[in-house]
Amino acid sequence: MTGTRIDRRFADLAGQRRAGLAAFVTAGDPDPILSARLVAGLPGAGADIIEIGMPFTDPMADGPVIQASSQRALKAGMTLAGTIDLVRQVRRHDDDTPIVLMGYYNPIYSYGNDAFLEDAVDAGVDGLILVDLPSEEDRELCLPAVEAGLNWIRLATPTTDSKRLPDVLAHASGFVYYVSITGITGTHAATSQTIASAVDRLRRHTDLPVAVGFGIRNGEQAAGIARIADAVVVGSAFCQAVADGLDNGKGTDASIDNALTLCEAISYDVRKARA
Amino acid sequence: MTDNSYAQGPDQDGHFGMFGGRYVAETLMPLILDLNRTWQEARDDPEFWDAFHGLGRDYVGRPSPLYFAERLTRHLGGARIYFKRDELNHTGSHKINNTVGQILLAQRMGKTRIIAETGAGQHGVATATVCARFNLPCVVYMGTKDIERQAPNVFRMKLLGAEVRHVTSGSRSLKDALNEALRDWVTNVDSTFYIIGTVAGPHPYPELVREFQAIIGREAKEQLMAVEGRLPDTVVACIGGGSNAMGLFHPFLDDRTVDIIGVEAAGRGIESGEHAASITGGRPGVLHGNRTYLLQDDDGQIVEAHSISAGLDYPGIGPEHAWLADQGRVSYVSATDDEALEAFHLCSRLEGIIPALEPAHALAHVMKIAPALPDDHIICMNMCGRGDKDVFTVARTQGVDL
Repeated sequence: MTGTRIDRRFADLAGQRRAGLAAFVTAGDPDPILSARLVAGLPGAGADIIEIGMPFTDPMADGPVIQASSQRALKAGMTLAGTIDLVRQVRRHDDDTPIVLMGYYNPIYSYGNDAFLEDAVDAGVDGLILVDLPSEEDRELCLPAVEAGLNWIRLATPTTDSKRLPDVLAHASGFVYYVSITGITGTHAATSQTIASAVDRLRRHTDLPVAVGFGIRNGEQAAGIARIADAVVVGSAFCQAVADGLDNGKGTDASIDNALTLCEAISYDVRKARA
Repeated sequence: MTDNSYAQGPDQDGHFGMFGGRYVAETLMPLILDLNRTWQEARDDPEFWDAFHGLGRDYVGRPSPLYFAERLTRHLGGARIYFKRDELNHTGSHKINNTVGQILLAQRMGKTRIIAETGAGQHGVATATVCARFNLPCVVYMGTKDIERQAPNVFRMKLLGAEVRHVTSGSRSLKDALNEALRDWVTNVDSTFYIIGTVAGPHPYPELVREFQAIIGREAKEQLMAVEGRLPDTVVACIGGGSNAMGLFHPFLDDRTVDIIGVEAAGRGIESGEHAASITGGRPGVLHGNRTYLLQDDDGQIVEAHSISAGLDYPGIGPEHAWLADQGRVSYVSATDDEALEAFHLCSRLEGIIPALEPAHALAHVMKIAPALPDDHIICMNMCGRGDKDVFTVARTQGVDL
């Protein structure tokens, strides 16, 4: 076995000739205990990759659904240390599913970059996606993270032109995350035709697997992407499922059940998309 | 940055020492690089500055006067106090200096839609004003908390044809308005120019806003040379994000005999935790595109700021200020809500000038230091905004419902 859990998972998916499902949920949403149950349940519900959002007060690239999810988590006392601990808990029972942390830089900077990388690696984190660290700021965290053995998953967007792509991809590993729209999470989706040509363009610049996200909320859309890309990222829809299970603002078993049921349904469509 | 100058920054990537930078989503990066190219070309283009200064003279009303505050000077019994009267600008504050500059950049880039964030509403009004003048549609994001306390400015923006979008997320004030503006920008990146109101955000904003505001300091220097025949001993300005302060300070940074003081909002007192003093009470972090001093908790979550002045109610500060604080070139102090209110009343009665609550913070500090200074000590304070917008807030502190 070589490479990271992410590399191995994509090799495995290629062997199965299907795309993967990357499920995003926010650490600590709706509360730390239910959140640990939700994350631990995702692989059994068909998630091939787990993306865990590190909650932040000011999520500038996120729409209302993930904003609210972040706020619930923070209100319930979630911290970055708690997020790392969540990964540690999941790893006790699951040593195969890739776990990627996604979020904004300030909580990590506040934690201390070196301490964070050490603790994240130790807990079993495989990769990082930092929304507000473009390639211009690679020295900040990207290079040290790669050095520490983590995958640095780069966001490419419709505005990332071909001139810029080589710089953006320079230190990328694991997979490339294509943001299918210019906009925030949880809004509209791009047409599959637009996405297909964007993914083709990316593939001309990299051999890394390409995941596509932003605006994909149901099985039908996910299946469309699964025919084009190596993985489909779904986030806001799961956070909304958690919100739909709230009772007077508090998380319930329904929050978890809703999200896992949705994950199963989307996973089913993703798995049969290329059949 | 060279060792012998404080005025050379930032470097080409927008860093002032460890501060500044470009911490934005990939979607925005190509546009920000485009903006930087346009800005670097414009700053070397005499025609750009001709247009800027022409509008400054005929539309904004520059130069703004330098005024000797005679009664205040006598009342405090020490230093000679001058006001740089940027509250006399069209729209009532220094904010228009910057919006005129940025809308000229927007035109150069062929952008067809303008967005802005606003706290006190002064930047929103200044943006709505230039959008009317240049016939561009304008959307201004404003927290609902600020909409309540700055109602006159909300109405002014609407009169000028702007759409004011209510921001209900987070703390419902300036930082959240900035988040929403960034979300709009990332969604409408092709058509839209974001006119940022202060010396913060990703590079090149801190630099270009400073250059548009530095007209304040350059005029003040010339005017003081004309009336006093020398440089001031002290210059003072209030700081939220810090655009009026950077505008006044920048031309004086390399005049080592000039003491430079920035006054942050201490709200209900630094020790109360309810304040907006990022340098005095915060630590370095990354938000809204730059590294700077931020109010944050132990987990790096941004903490709500508090100030009676909506324009200072922001948990960060421009990165150049953060750098100047670490260099020790500028002193950063603070004034509480109560001290600012006292200065507000005193200035109104003694000078017949109703100041905005923002410069009232600067004046509060002047009131603390002037009495102990000799009568040949010259203080120049930036009166960066007028207080019309604040009469409702001040009335409420007196139990008066207007």
